[in-house]
Amino acid sequence: MSNAVAIQQETIPAAKTGAQIVWEVLVREGVEVVFGYPGGAIMPTYDAMPAYPVRHVLVRHEQGAAHMADGYARASGKVGVCIATSGPGATNLVTGIATAMMDSSPVVCITGQVGSTMLGSDAFQEIDITGITLPITKHNYLVTRAEDVSGALHEAFHIARSGRPGPVLVDITKDAQQGSARYEAPRPPRQRPAQRAPDIAIRRAAALIDAAERPIILAGQGVLKAEASELLREFVEKTGIPVAATLLGLGGFPASHPLSLGMMGMHGEAFVNTSLQEADLLVALGMRFDDRVTGKLQTFAVGAKKIHAEIDPSEINKNVHADVALPGDLRHTLEQLIPAVRARTRGPWVERIAVRKAEVARRDVQSSGSEGKLLAPHVLHDLWRLTEGKALVVTDVGQHQMWEAQYYKHDRPRSLITSGGLGTMGFALPAAIGARFARPDDEIWVVVGDGGFQMTACELTTCAQEGLKVNVAIINNGYLGMVRQWQEFFYNRRYVATPLRSPDFVELAKAHGLSGMRVTRREEIPEAVARARADAGTVVIDFRVEQEEAVYPMVPANADLRDMIRRPFEEDE
Amino acid sequence: MSHDSAFAIPSGERTSRTLIAHLEDRPGALNRVVSLFRRRGFNIDSLTVGRTERPGVSRLTLVVQADDETATRLEANLYKLVDVLDVEDVTHAPAVARELAFIKVRAAPERRTEVLQLCEAFRARVVDVGPASLIVESTGAQDKLDSLIEVLRPFGILELVRTGAVAMARGAPAIPFPEAASTEVGT
Repeated sequence: MSNAVAIQQETIPAAKTGAQIVWEVLVREGVEVVFGYPGGAIMPTYDAMPAYPVRHVLVRHEQGAAHMADGYARASGKVGVCIATSGPGATNLVTGIATAMMDSSPVVCITGQVGSTMLGSDAFQEIDITGITLPITKHNYLVTRAEDVSGALHEAFHIARSGRPGPVLVDITKDAQQGSARYEAPRPPRQRPAQRAPDIAIRRAAALIDAAERPIILAGQGVLKAEASELLREFVEKTGIPVAATLLGLGGFPASHPLSLGMMGMHGEAFVNTSLQEADLLVALGMRFDDRVTGKLQTFAVGAKKIHAEIDPSEINKNVHADVALPGDLRHTLEQLIPAVRARTRGPWVERIAVRKAEVARRDVQSSGSEGKLLAPHVLHDLWRLTEGKALVVTDVGQHQMWEAQYYKHDRPRSLITSGGLGTMGFALPAAIGARFARPDDEIWVVVGDGGFQMTACELTTCAQEGLKVNVAIINNGYLGMVRQWQEFFYNRRYVATPLRSPDFVELAKAHGLSGMRVTRREEIPEAVARARADAGTVVIDFRVEQEEAVYPMVPANADLRDMIRRPFEEDE
Repeated sequence: MSHDSAFAIPSGERTSRTLIAHLEDRPGALNRVVSLFRRRGFNIDSLTVGRTERPGVSRLTLVVQADDETATRLEANLYKLVDVLDVEDVTHAPAVARELAFIKVRAAPERRTEVLQLCEAFRARVVDVGPASLIVESTGAQDKLDSLIEVLRPFGILELVRTGAVAMARGAPAIPFPEAASTEVGT
């Protein structure tokens, strides 16, 4: 009987305000932290917040809130949440939402909106944010009544995390927050049956894999999203196929594994790109053949058959024709594929790649001396060594990002967070703050350029106010380095608008009550890293690196993957 | 609404395809569909939308120029829209497709009989008679309307409007609720 009473109480909950329902939903969805910035149209929601066990992080700019939610989502695999007011608060989220969309990150954005009776009247701080974010969200909602809040918000969480994840925005008018309604538990979502690769396709794929002499696996972020790393390893060890990774796929397969090739594409290892062009089979797992991966499509791996396993069917046959399509969840696909393939080795092919790899190692900057200069690749390599490869690294966008991908060897999933698809400068610091909440015990390093750091440096204050610990390594070369590199290679060394002046980053850290250090020589790296790790608060290290260093190798945009610009090397001369 | 976007895969021949989609009748749902075509550069010949037998559900008939792979991807992209309930490519299915046109044609009294005879031959109706023009209404398959318009053109077409095709598969109705987008497996 007491159960029946309890159930009855559960089914007829007390009336609440729309604002209270917002928090009720967040708590029930397991949200522990939200990143936001208050303002007029979202004030009822903020006013209701203190009664609920959710931590709020006050950001310094809403773009930071979206990146934090994104960083939290990528570090945890759960949905990240950000909150902003109407108008400029909402539009400031846009870059962060687009970043999450391009990299399939599950984020729910809640924005305040002017009262429903004022919609469409160009009221103060009114903006059509559902219209603006239509192409950069998986879905969005305009909620104008308190009774619709719980339904829309629960659905938003479901959509954000299901299938190929992505951002969902829920725009709630001020009167919907103020109005009264009853909380309603989520209705079972209208679920389309998930696609699964049909048996016939699995058998075709297995036949191609068994017969291939020069196959390569292309592992993308889908491996991480599907939590399929272990299965991938099993698949690789059974088939003996070497694994190349996309930028976002790094960590999905251990870099220290003998069959790991590292990153492919525009700044991928030369031996990987050359081998891709020689392959007779590509097994693409959870990746979308981005142009930074393929180079010129017409010349991309023309001799190879392609198997494409991907959760989003609209990605199949978009850029590269798939000989066999394996739509569906990667875990399921690999579970089917592993028993279907023959156990074998690929000795001659692996050997051939190994020979090329050895040649690359000799050319590597690691084997050259620094001649008193501080080289960014040395910084990343040493950081990897000193942290034993165990840190969670969050990078920004540009040269340092590519050097990180090349020199910090990731053995674990979700140990690298970076803006891949959109390439958003300013991403790193706020994303790391979000990641901090997802992974309280992990060592976190922000690797960022002097340009990108200044785009969201205001979030250092957030670290100070919230008492958060991240280590910030600024790879400071006094240029917008990647653009400078393109100017060097393709624009006749005309360095237009790329020389960059920065504030004194050490003093800037101190102004925030944080520690700052400067490193100008390679010998100083270990001590600086040790001091940063020992410091309880956020630490900024200003690495003054060689100014005109370029990222090698480089495949020029839309070129054949074999047409790489290589690091100048004595033996070439 | 047609611009050639660079679909990277040069594959099969582009033909006219007819797709039927059901979507929830919610604010912005149609906007999402149209935005998808714009963003992804699909070529639309026509798009019609209207109510259905189910309250709260609208039905869309789309005619696009696409090859097989593009049509499949278009279908997959439509399925990604949360408001879209189901999509069916009826190009190769037994289906009826009709379009309605109003043609205002110049017809001075001395040529009226000639125009009326042509309309008769096409089973088109005259719905308005003015001093020097007629409005002709015709319903039919796209090519029938094309032919009618061609034979009326010499008289002088003053105004023309076409609704775009609506289509329906013959026989028992398609499965009324979400079915996953079909994806070509292998080739």
